[in-house]
Amino acid sequence: MSAKKKTDGLIDFTINGQRVQAKEGWSILETARHHHIPIPTLCYHPAVHPWGSCRLCVVEIRENGQSNVTASCLAKPTAGMEVLTQSERVENVRRWVLEMLLAECPASQEIKDLAAGYGVTSTRFAIPDPLEDCLKCGRCVAVCHEVVGVRALTFGSRGVKKKLETPYRIPNNMCIGCGCCVSVCPTGALQARLDTVRGDIARRTGHSFAH
Amino acid sequence: MDGKKISKADIDAIMERYPRHPQYLISLLQDVQAAFNYISPDNLNLVCDYVGVPVTQAWSIATFYKSFSLEPKGEHEIKVCLGTTCHLKGGENLVEACERHLQVERGQTTGDRRFTLETVKCVGACSEAPVIMIDKEYLGQATLLGVKQHLKKL
Amino acid sequence: MKKIKDVAELEGLRQSLHAAHDPQQPVARVCLGPGCLALGAEKVSQAFKSALKKSKANFKVQPLIKTTGCQGLCSQGTLVNLSPADLLYVRVKPEDVPEIVETSLVKGQVLERLLYSENGTKYKSAAEIPFYRAQQKVILKNVGVIDPLDINDAIRCGAYQSLAKALMDLSPAEVIKTVELSGLRGRGGGGFPTAYKWRRAVENARQNPGPVYLIANGEEGDPGAFMDRAIMEGDPHAVIEGMLIGGYALGAHQGFLYVRHEYPIAIHHLSVAVQQARALGLLGKNILGSGFAFDLQLNRGAGAYVCGEETAIIASLEGRVGEPVMRPPYPVEQGLWGRPTVINNVETWANVPHIIRMGAEGYANLGVPPSTGTKIFSLVGKVKNSGLVEVPMGISLGTLVEEIGGGVPGQKGFKAVQTGGPSGGIVPYEFKDVTAEAAEKKTLSVDFDSMAKTGSTMGGGGMIVMDEHDCVVDLARYFLRFLEEESCGKCLPCRLGLKGMLEFLNQFAKGQGTPQDLDALESLGQAVADGSLCGLGKRAPNPVLTSIRYFRDEYLAHIVDHKCPAGVCKDLISFRIDPKICDGCGLCAKHCPEACISGKKKKLFTINEAACIRCGVCRDVCPLDAVRVV
Repeated sequence: MSAKKKTDGLIDFTINGQRVQAKEGWSILETARHHHIPIPTLCYHPAVHPWGSCRLCVVEIRENGQSNVTASCLAKPTAGMEVLTQSERVENVRRWVLEMLLAECPASQEIKDLAAGYGVTSTRFAIPDPLEDCLKCGRCVAVCHEVVGVRALTFGSRGVKKKLETPYRIPNNMCIGCGCCVSVCPTGALQARLDTVRGDIARRTGHSFAH
Repeated sequence: MDGKKISKADIDAIMERYPRHPQYLISLLQDVQAAFNYISPDNLNLVCDYVGVPVTQAWSIATFYKSFSLEPKGEHEIKVCLGTTCHLKGGENLVEACERHLQVERGQTTGDRRFTLETVKCVGACSEAPVIMIDKEYLGQATLLGVKQHLKKL
Repeated sequence: MKKIKDVAELEGLRQSLHAAHDPQQPVARVCLGPGCLALGAEKVSQAFKSALKKSKANFKVQPLIKTTGCQGLCSQGTLVNLSPADLLYVRVKPEDVPEIVETSLVKGQVLERLLYSENGTKYKSAAEIPFYRAQQKVILKNVGVIDPLDINDAIRCGAYQSLAKALMDLSPAEVIKTVELSGLRGRGGGGFPTAYKWRRAVENARQNPGPVYLIANGEEGDPGAFMDRAIMEGDPHAVIEGMLIGGYALGAHQGFLYVRHEYPIAIHHLSVAVQQARALGLLGKNILGSGFAFDLQLNRGAGAYVCGEETAIIASLEGRVGEPVMRPPYPVEQGLWGRPTVINNVETWANVPHIIRMGAEGYANLGVPPSTGTKIFSLVGKVKNSGLVEVPMGISLGTLVEEIGGGVPGQKGFKAVQTGGPSGGIVPYEFKDVTAEAAEKKTLSVDFDSMAKTGSTMGGGGMIVMDEHDCVVDLARYFLRFLEEESCGKCLPCRLGLKGMLEFLNQFAKGQGTPQDLDALESLGQAVADGSLCGLGKRAPNPVLTSIRYFRDEYLAHIVDHKCPAGVCKDLISFRIDPKICDGCGLCAKHCPEACISGKKKKLFTINEAACIRCGVCRDVCPLDAVRVV
């Protein structure tokens, strides 16, 4: 998308009717945050590339007579675009996602609080694991890969079976125990299972990719 | 595979088919799966060292894609097609009947490692729905009795 | 094989192949398409070879046994086509072959019992059969005719002539213009204007000099669809030639054939075709003396429907998991290894040589603008003649199902069609609210936009015909289960939302839930469509939403009346042995896994309905079809 820019590289658009300006390279979410316009997020973290998995940050964009719902953490603004953070379609997505999260991660107080803020206090969906609090947001994997560079943990399987794990599901000796993953985890889920990730650092080789 | 001694030379021969580049990771794993019937931890480590990817990436791939298995598959693969037409013609009943007969769930291998039961969509033989593939053979308009008879011959 | 140096040599080769081809030579073309293969076609072809060896006949010209790709009428397989007699034999078994050889190949006579018959009429030639008559084979012209493992056969039938024309007579810009004027739209289901994609890629490559890549999307994950499979297996050179022309137009020198893992024969045929094309110099450097270089790499999918999505194919080719990423940026801007990449469906690529051959106007005369050209469908399900068909766009659904398909057996006929696979929808035959014209004809035009107006899509070509014994609630549930297993799991609306929608549908299938739940399900479907990251999630609610839109009464029958009108949903039906038919053979009781059938031998057996799990084994084994669904 080519942004029609002013010569100073700023992009003018509106969020909920309010005029805002984005610097080049900012996402809609970053612009909103800069202007103190609230948009909920779970998987977004400024230290890593946005992954766009939780979809709580979705906004409705009206442009050229068309209207699209998209993740604000990934979408870049163009001049003249109208962004809505509380439209019917947006709120519909948020409420359903939060209700489903209450069933997926019933043990997380953070999610309960976030959901309550949007009027979602109960869920009609089946609860597969009452002790689960990992929402597979990807922050821990991203920080270990991008920031720390160790790549000790990852996602295995796909779909509803997607799990946060280490290769071969055994503690990984490559883990250096820096704790970055724990500090970015939005629910504290990783803290509880850190021993499944952290192996024996004395056996860390660093000579090959695999060991 | 049971009874066949796999040597490092075998895996080396497979790896040497490809340049040492991450783009060949999946092709290489497919060759390993085809040759050994599964992907062992040792082979997974060798492959990711060869192409130069972190083992976490190889692990994600080996568990994400359905064509890879981390456990040895059975001697015979029974694939029940659950494509749309096969579903409409009773494919689901057929899978359940096979599950009862073999005493395994779909996706699993029998304890004696003789049979792996899987579902696939679709084999492209819709006019003969419901279709079952046993190894490379097709059974069109399949029934449980027909399957049982075929399995007895193996 | 000697490399072909230039266009004149290619034409020379084609002419010498044509001259060497004896139209009087008896040829038996045995179909090895997916349907016939499943019926034992390989044994039929081997039977021909051994029957010929054994035959003591003195042939003027030795007959040729050819194996071909899909000949189309899959429900009548194995198909054998004889020329020059122009005979189509159907339902051929290996045991029939010696007689065919003696009667038809040796004596030149017709074996009546193997002819196709419909409504009392026997048909000798395929062209006369209603199934074939209403079709228009353009893309499938060579499929079922040539031996796909022999490049010479393809060249004799015109392969690579369009490439020659493009390289010699057209500039790259003119090729793109021709494709644009032809109106070609993506055949994978998106219906996106192909030339627009190509132009964007060229523009991006101009701004960012460097390689441009082409990908043929052969992931064909929709269950029940085998159009691309038929092309890849039956006429692989069509795809290769299309990509060569595309490469020339786009300034691309490397293409990738991405074929799903579950198609080993397609992979093999493409692999042989690529090798043969390379040996003739049609792939590689300085193709036909034009200076243009292009080559193809064959990649296998690894069992993931989501890899039919453009950014997921790219991830897979780069050696990563098939997790889609946000678009924009689109692959034509930043694709494989960050370079402009054009991804087109296999059928789309196969259209390109024909567009060059016919010219933009000739091609655009087929179909109905803005849906020009033909479309290949796999017409399957509860239809008499099921198989692979190619029709001009704009044909009415009625013609497709009733004239070509031969109609729907059964009392109540055609209930609905399911198109577009798991991303498509379920639409009823009687279509009242699209256009006045369609309402008047009481039918639906099969083209991109008319289908889209129904809430479904034309899709990649899978067209599944349903009758009164098919339950839409059950089918919607089936697609959700399929998608739940195929979801990459990255984004919450899809990973959790499909599971959530499935919970609703599981309830309905058991006769539970409330009418308010239908509204909730529609709202959840909207959330999944709006919130999902990629097309898999965005379109996943389509089957559910269209089925509620058009068959709400059927849902209410489940929820309110606790009945399944189609007799499918297990919790809402019972099996009962009809006492008027049962002869007491006891086979049902013998095979019942729950041991819940009892009775007196030679008298009557009854099912204990409380213990019955409706597994269907008794219905399968009963020789008198005495088990009724109530």
